Amino acid sequence: MIRKSRVLVAGTAVLALALTAACGGNDDSNGNETTTKAEFNAALTKVFNPSDKKGGTIRMANAGDWDTLDPGETYYGYSWDFLRLYGRSLVMFKPAPGKGSNELVPDLAESLGTPSDGGKTWTYKIRKGVKYEDGTEVKAADVKYAVLRSTDKETFPNGPAYFEAFLNLPDGYKGPYKSKGMNTDQAISTPDDYTIVFHLKQAFGGFDYMAQLSQTVPVPEAKDTGAKYKEHVISSGPYMFDQNNLGKNFSLKRNPNWDASTDPNRKALPDRYEVALNVNADDIDNRLISGDLDVDVVGTGVQPAALGRVVGDPALKAQTDNPVLARLWYTSINPTVAPLDNIECRKAVLYAEDRTGYQTAYGGPLAGGDIATTLLPPAIPGYQKFDLYPAGPDNKGDLAKAKEALTKCGQPNGFATNMAYRAERPKEKATAEALQQSLARVGIKLTLKPYPQGDYFSAYAGNPPFVVKNKLGLLTNGWGADWNDGFGFLSQMVDSRVIRETGGSSNTSVRIPEVDTMLDQAIVETDADKRNAMWGAIDKRVMEEAVIMPGIDAKSLMIRPKNLTNVFISEAYGMYDYLSLGVA
Amino acid sequence: MITYIIRRLFAAVVLLFIVSAVTFAIFYLVPRLAGATPETLATRYVGRAATPETVSLIAHKLGFYDPIWVQYGRWIKGIFVGADYNLGASVDHCPAPCFGYSFITREPVWPDLVDRLPVTLSLAVGASILWAVFGVSIGAVSALRRGSLLDRTAMGFSLAGVSLPIFFTGMIGLLVFSYTLKWTAVGGSYTPFTQNPADWFYSLLLPWIVLALQFSAQYARLTRAGMLETMGEDYIRTARAKGLPERAVTTRHGLRAALTPILTIFGLDVGLLLGGAVLTETVFSLPGLGKYAIDAITNNDLPKVLGVTLMAAFFVIIANLIVDLLYAVVDPRVRLG
Amino acid sequence: MASDAFLEVRDLRISFPTDDGLVRSVDGLTFTLERGKTLGIVGESGSGKSVTSLGILGLHNRRNAEVSGEIWLDGQELVGASPDTVRGLRGNKMAMIFQDPLSSMHPYYTVGAQIVEAYRVHNRVSKQVARKHAIDMLGRVGIPQPDRRVDDYPHQFSGGMRQRAMIAMALVNDPELLIADEPTTALDVTVQAQILDLMHSLQEEFDSALIIITHDLGVVAELSDDVLVMYGGKCVEYGPATTIFEQPEHPYTWGLLGSMPRMDRPNLDRLSPIPGLPPSMINLPSGCAFHPRCAYEPRTGGLATTLTPELVPAAGGRHLVRCHLPAQERRRIWTDEVKPELEA
Ligand SMILES: Nc1ncnc2c1ncn2[C@@H]1O[C@H](COP(=O)(O)OP(=O)(O)OP(=O)(O)O)[C@@H](O)[C@H]1O
Ligand code: SF4
Ligand SMILES: [Mg+2]
Repeated sequence: MIRKSRVLVAGTAVLALALTAACGGNDDSNGNETTTKAEFNAALTKVFNPSDKKGGTIRMANAGDWDTLDPGETYYGYSWDFLRLYGRSLVMFKPAPGKGSNELVPDLAESLGTPSDGGKTWTYKIRKGVKYEDGTEVKAADVKYAVLRSTDKETFPNGPAYFEAFLNLPDGYKGPYKSKGMNTDQAISTPDDYTIVFHLKQAFGGFDYMAQLSQTVPVPEAKDTGAKYKEHVISSGPYMFDQNNLGKNFSLKRNPNWDASTDPNRKALPDRYEVALNVNADDIDNRLISGDLDVDVVGTGVQPAALGRVVGDPALKAQTDNPVLARLWYTSINPTVAPLDNIECRKAVLYAEDRTGYQTAYGGPLAGGDIATTLLPPAIPGYQKFDLYPAGPDNKGDLAKAKEALTKCGQPNGFATNMAYRAERPKEKATAEALQQSLARVGIKLTLKPYPQGDYFSAYAGNPPFVVKNKLGLLTNGWGADWNDGFGFLSQMVDSRVIRETGGSSNTSVRIPEVDTMLDQAIVETDADKRNAMWGAIDKRVMEEAVIMPGIDAKSLMIRPKNLTNVFISEAYGMYDYLSLGVA
Repeated sequence: MITYIIRRLFAAVVLLFIVSAVTFAIFYLVPRLAGATPETLATRYVGRAATPETVSLIAHKLGFYDPIWVQYGRWIKGIFVGADYNLGASVDHCPAPCFGYSFITREPVWPDLVDRLPVTLSLAVGASILWAVFGVSIGAVSALRRGSLLDRTAMGFSLAGVSLPIFFTGMIGLLVFSYTLKWTAVGGSYTPFTQNPADWFYSLLLPWIVLALQFSAQYARLTRAGMLETMGEDYIRTARAKGLPERAVTTRHGLRAALTPILTIFGLDVGLLLGGAVLTETVFSLPGLGKYAIDAITNNDLPKVLGVTLMAAFFVIIANLIVDLLYAVVDPRVRLG
Repeated sequence: MASDAFLEVRDLRISFPTDDGLVRSVDGLTFTLERGKTLGIVGESGSGKSVTSLGILGLHNRRNAEVSGEIWLDGQELVGASPDTVRGLRGNKMAMIFQDPLSSMHPYYTVGAQIVEAYRVHNRVSKQVARKHAIDMLGRVGIPQPDRRVDDYPHQFSGGMRQRAMIAMALVNDPELLIADEPTTALDVTVQAQILDLMHSLQEEFDSALIIITHDLGVVAELSDDVLVMYGGKCVEYGPATTIFEQPEHPYTWGLLGSMPRMDRPNLDRLSPIPGLPPSMINLPSGCAFHPRCAYEPRTGGLATTLTPELVPAAGGRHLVRCHLPAQERRRIWTDEVKPELEA
């Protein structure tokens, strides 16, 4: 993925979609708390400057281009956060601060999905009286059409591909443009105008998460212009497009046909939103600090230049929030490379790690992240706090335990192995160097191997024969999920069946048949609480095998809008919630 | 003269073809030599969740399976007769001159170029007027007062102006004049002239000054050196011997001669800028050709790269031609043939 | 004290402070010139001829040249006058023709435009009137089809034509004093003669005072009433042309005469240049500046190496010479030793 916007947004190639967020996990507030005190992290778990005042314009800027405004194709967390202003999906993340945002609530639907057939069929009732900007009513068929068109990957190659993977679509179905008229009721049926039923190929307990994807935002077939629809998306939310200059800027104004009585989630305070695209990133920070801009819409935090200013100025720091994201930077420990095939040798590596070195390599506690001891970040429901390989009170490692493990492994004087990292990433290089130093303390000698990030997984670190042949015992890695849920986070990371001999998978070290079975069980579980408990169990089981060294849970430093009200961080998106903001 | 211009224009067209072919070759042949397949090329233009089927679908759609000359031929054909593009819901026709559709945004390239040209044009023309006026007058005055405090101050500043990058001066300018003093527009506030001339002027004032600063410095130094040289010429002595006032001697005789070589550089600089003032447009977030080019290159968006490269090459070629024609006008010793 | 002469230069000193020291290019020069008369200034390269003429026109930059003494032009003193006063006279009452007409004309303006400009600085007339005048001038200096050539650029003219155009430009305001600094050096011999004839006839027509600066004594002999010989920034011999040619008294003048190619004497091998090099203007030899190159220096009994000779009257009334040799001795040497040698 070489697209600039991608790189800008994620700052990483690991798909680390900023969709997920977490907040230290020490506050279980559910969104009722408010504050007006401008201090560091004021908007992290509380609503900052609460107000119901209507009117005003919110000014936003994006350092890159918007990937697309089309709800069927956009694939960025910030875009999904923003899209709720002009589109209503069946289900949504609750607009609430802190943990409250991880709760799914019905939006276009009257309630969350009703599973039947053991989680293979999901039924939603659509609210009556929801209207598009042109006054026509939203019907179940529009949602069906919207989902189906998003499966045409020739027209929308960048969008998420969950629906075509899970829906029971007819063989050879190529979307509503090319397979015009083909009966698709076996995948989605609409028994009446206000009911929509999804039929899956296999049970999927967390389908509500898919129902919150922007791909379920209704699209009226008569107004669909395919790839050009992004130029004028028909609004079903409180705002509609006023101007839209692709690649430059766009603005939203009120949708006169939006009816607040059909919408319990949206405050719709400002009259207007203005979004500038392709704005210089450093300039964005300066304008945020001076109050000439309200929101850096991408929500990945400040540039290094502004970071320096914030750290050195207490007044500026009081104007920032520092959320933990649902993104883990970690190191894979490959059991396919001797002597790491011996679990004791792997444990020795974990015990010998200096965790503060890992944190420093990524930029410290403010811009880098919090030290992680588990796979699941605290923001993911099911997260359990545990630490199987304690690193001592100062987090610098337990060398006695490490030596003990080495002895058990039959390598009392240590051993030598290689460590891979992406050459273009200074933070990964620093990580590898930090590990090289800390492991040397117990005689484990690391030789560092940089590889180009473009082919890092396909040809090098993610290519199993290459890993074995080049004895890549350790390799830097990272992962983020499309939504804050154990499935979204773990399935690609610990499922051994995603590993391909031809390369390309970012899971390289986790091959535990028991974990695969646990995943299959969790996926079909429709009870959220039970399911979440299972994710936590999987996390622990993988850590027992010592095949992953969790590094840090990423954090970002954001400048809080000076002139806005109802400011709070949504954990679900890992950035400010764009639905509730108002102008002071 | 006319035949000369026709001949030059013909050469320009040939050159543009060569530029496009080379750009095409760099884009396709170099990755091919490095082992890229149509699929690996196509992975740049699909989402992160793309299945192998999606990848090959897109490789097909973008024509990556065809031999490179077929792809090039198709692109050339688009310029002359236009091209069709499947939007899914309908088929879009892009009339000639069609420079193709972006691999990323899937928008036709030509309207984008036409849309962005006025921004770059505004920036280049405004800044060039500023730097021509300031650079040349500062340089001329410095030369006439050689060694004076004014000369040394001006040359000190211009050394700084030449060596300070626009990233630096631009950000400082924004910080001081836009955010602190609120005299000038903030970044990214470009307004087209046709929409509101006052806002247009206001939004471009700081970019003009910052861009002109760098060029002024360079032109001041060039003018100073040129003036020092011409003011020692025999014809300057003749002009004085006629009893011309010193002002007429320096401007009508000294400056007039010193400016001729500067005119050449000026023409080429403006031509280059019309292809995109990359740094200035980036710092001030101006939606011009330079920013477009940078984004196109970082995104590997070949149709955009081709379009903007050709546009830039076109301006450089035209600027060259105009400079040559103008040179014949200002220097009677030059005859075009 | 004001001067009655048309042009009188008194004790003119022009020096340039440089990093290597003070360059005294002109060091105490005095002469007079009347209307309708011609003064020839001769001397080797670097002797200060051009600096003198530029000094008269006030063309030295006050910031790098030190000028002292007096220059009286038609009753007006110029050295102490304001730059603007001098500028008003320049190109008007006094004009100059330069050595290299190609580099002395602006390449970007037509010949006509340059003449028009010269005319309009001093005459408030329309461009059309000035243009007519320019065409008229070009015709008078012998340029064929002047109404067409007026719009040509200098590079479209031949060398001789260019010098004619320069002359036209200098004469456009009917100057009363015309200085021609080596007007023919850049031209070939036949053209040289034409240009000299032209200047002579124009001088008669305008009744102007003319200063001709040259290395070439032949030119001086043909045109001049008076001759001034310069060496190392000083006048070494000054007097009526006939006297200078018939009874020269300075060894340097003898040397110049000896190195003069003469039409009547085709055997050029008789030509004997003055031995040695012109002096460095920064380190002028002590005493008589010419002494290192002078064959008669021993006959002055060592005086010449230490004491600078004064400019003293020679035999004829207005004839001045700067040499330590006793007057009879000088005349004897010329008559007995040098003249026969030259005529041999
Ligand atoms: N601006 C100046 N600064 C320093 N020295 C100068 C300057 N102008 C003239 N000179 C010096 O003054 C001396 C006289 O120069 P001048 O041009 O008068 O010689 P000239 O007699 O005209 O010689 P030529 O026959 O070569 O023209 C030379 O040594 C020259 O180097
Ligand atoms: S003074 Fe002596 S050296 Fe000088 S010219 Fe006369 S004889 Fe020669
Ligand atoms: Mg001279």
